Amino acid sequence: MTTAEKRIGAVANYVDERIGAAGWVKKSLNKVFPDHWSFMLGEVCMYSFIILLLSGTFLTLWFDPSQRDVIYEGVYAPLKGLKMSAAYASTLDISFEVRGGLLMRQIHHWAANIFMAAIVAHLLRVFFTGAFRKPREFNWILGIILLTLGFVEGLFGYSLPDDLLSGTGLRITSAIIQAIPLVGTYISFFLFGGAFPGTGFIPRIFTLHVLLIPGAFLAVITIHVMLVWYQKHTQFPGPGKTEKNVVGHPILPVYMAKAGGFFFIVFGVIAFLSAVASINPIWLYGPYTPGQISAGSQPDWYMGWLDGLVRMAPPLETHALGHTISWNILIPALIVPGIVFTGMALYPFIESWITGDKREHHLLDRPRNVPNRTALGVMSVTFVMVALINGGNDIFATNFDLSINEIMWFSRISIFLLPPLSFVITKRLCLSLQRADRELVLHGKETGRLVRMPNGEFVEVHEPISAQKRWILTSHEQPQALELPDIDSRGVKRPGGVKNKIRARLSKAHAVAVPKVSAQELKEIEGH
Amino acid sequence: MKRLSRYRRHKVAAPLLLVIALLGIGASFNIASATIKATPTTFARSTAIDEGKQIFLKGCSSCHGLNAEGGSIAPSLIGVGAASVDFQVGTGRMPMADMSTQAMRKRPVYNAEQTAALVAYVSSLAPGPAIPTDAVLNYERDGSTAQGGELFRNNCAMCHNFAGQGGALTQGKYAPTLMGVEPKYIYEALITGPQSMPVFSDKTITPAEKLSLIKWIKAAEKEPNLGGATMGRIGPVTEGLLAWILGLGLLIAIAVWLTTKAR
Repeated sequence: MTTAEKRIGAVANYVDERIGAAGWVKKSLNKVFPDHWSFMLGEVCMYSFIILLLSGTFLTLWFDPSQRDVIYEGVYAPLKGLKMSAAYASTLDISFEVRGGLLMRQIHHWAANIFMAAIVAHLLRVFFTGAFRKPREFNWILGIILLTLGFVEGLFGYSLPDDLLSGTGLRITSAIIQAIPLVGTYISFFLFGGAFPGTGFIPRIFTLHVLLIPGAFLAVITIHVMLVWYQKHTQFPGPGKTEKNVVGHPILPVYMAKAGGFFFIVFGVIAFLSAVASINPIWLYGPYTPGQISAGSQPDWYMGWLDGLVRMAPPLETHALGHTISWNILIPALIVPGIVFTGMALYPFIESWITGDKREHHLLDRPRNVPNRTALGVMSVTFVMVALINGGNDIFATNFDLSINEIMWFSRISIFLLPPLSFVITKRLCLSLQRADRELVLHGKETGRLVRMPNGEFVEVHEPISAQKRWILTSHEQPQALELPDIDSRGVKRPGGVKNKIRARLSKAHAVAVPKVSAQELKEIEGH
Repeated sequence: MKRLSRYRRHKVAAPLLLVIALLGIGASFNIASATIKATPTTFARSTAIDEGKQIFLKGCSSCHGLNAEGGSIAPSLIGVGAASVDFQVGTGRMPMADMSTQAMRKRPVYNAEQTAALVAYVSSLAPGPAIPTDAVLNYERDGSTAQGGELFRNNCAMCHNFAGQGGALTQGKYAPTLMGVEPKYIYEALITGPQSMPVFSDKTITPAEKLSLIKWIKAAEKEPNLGGATMGRIGPVTEGLLAWILGLGLLIAIAVWLTTKAR
């Protein structure tokens, strides 16, 4: 042992005698993580969250979360002498007078946009590969909670500077709150401390934005990551990879070096973006006054689909018993997102009910091998994309010489038409890909080499695929549909007739597949 | 021909054909959509009004009527005033090339002299708002940027966007961008209310306030991009696009690279 090793050993021993964590650390450092680029999407979320914490802390040092009136006397000439809130004035000061303030503001905002984008990408990866299946259902729900927290936290952050755009966002927020039947107006009054805009909302959401929600984020992220740690990471199927092992790199040194390095890469990309591209130029928007609004007022991208849904809703209202129910806000802004988020959270349980599969899964699905789930995912993405396009309808109209009304009607029709259509197309595509896989295993790769046989016949030479590839293409399961006859094997009538019929129907749809190459077929082609 | 056909399977043949086809379509579209220029200076000896009337009869009367009394597809021009004609003809909006939605700014069909003649003719029919003189338009001296910004956000931003970049109106109509518009035309648009724009009379926005507006628009035009590339100053839509494409796109590319190297 060298002296350096001796010294480190002594320090480690000193610590271990007092903490007693050597056993746990040794076990943890030998933990293995599988390697795939899509497994790093979650890391992007976590790293951008750390960047958000750091840059956000910097901003709180100068931000004044108050709606009291001040006269702007700062360096930005076009706003000089105007009456504005202290929140807006201090955001201007951060942008123009605090050293590095504008860069920090842009880092915070770009990091937020990338945070939400990475969450969505991570969610899609987990969904399409079936990583949410038993035993990871709870972690899926925690992920949905994080996504929801992200929406709220992002909305609050967007609203804090009290510029014209954020005030417009708050105006819509208050309208959505008021659309809740019976209690909406009361909730709005309590939250805003009176009629909109009041003077209480910015200080209140500031406390939520910097204290409560980040705290909740930290807690949920910790449990989320600890569960991954405890349950181990999923892996893609391949030779040597089973439901009982994890193939990859141990934490030390490879994974640690890569993860640590990747943090700085994420920081670098966000800092680069913040250095070269402007985001939320609040000095151009001007201070918020309820009487003003700008053309093309948009929320940040992750709220865009909700805005789009509200924009396409026809003007439906009911007046009854002295109350007004605004269906045009209630349905697109509260009911539809409620259904979407609840459906997302419950999906693991719904799928396991449909398939009757209660086993643990640590090997991921290739999306094509579960056509129903993949098609459902694409259908949902299509729904959100149509809504998102309509959320930017005015920007699309001016930039592509289109009519805003036509875009709206396109969206109104497409929101019902395109999702089912994309479901059918995706399902067919998945089955075609399965068929192609089958062909590949049975006949090998086409080489493009034509050979003329002695009898004059031309044949293309096919090259057999590697054993690894063949394993990947044939190792997946193809579960049968559930059999749920009305009378079970002992002649007893099964309870819940209609429910069983629905379940059997869904199960049948879920099990549709092109038969994969069987072991016997594989043996047969070995002779060729 | 044989020499040419030897190259038909060359790898640049398809892209080259595509480029030629695109150029062909572009050129034929340009020729087909070109507007016919009126012949100038034929009536130079006439007085301005007579000359204007002749231009009017040739270029405008088919829609606006032989005596500018208007018709089913175009409004009467009696009493619209000099400012209106100067704005519509000077910015190339009139004569219209496409009547489907609204007159768009394009290269003027008539030169300054012909425009002046048209102005003289139409304003001789009945009095109306006059063209602001250079002495009136001294916005650098008489305007206030901060006041202009406040006026702009109160009266203009809801259609023209917070930074004057323009915005969408109903049925394909739009509020055009104000960047690069000459002060005279901004002033004339305010007092005449072209197309979908309302008239901002001197009672609604005083002449001094109009100059403040112009000063703010000009300041916004000249303002450097303080935070970096702006992506059009149109708000969060382009920002979100960039976050996905450049932000997350780059990170995914790096993640792919990181995990490939490790194999």
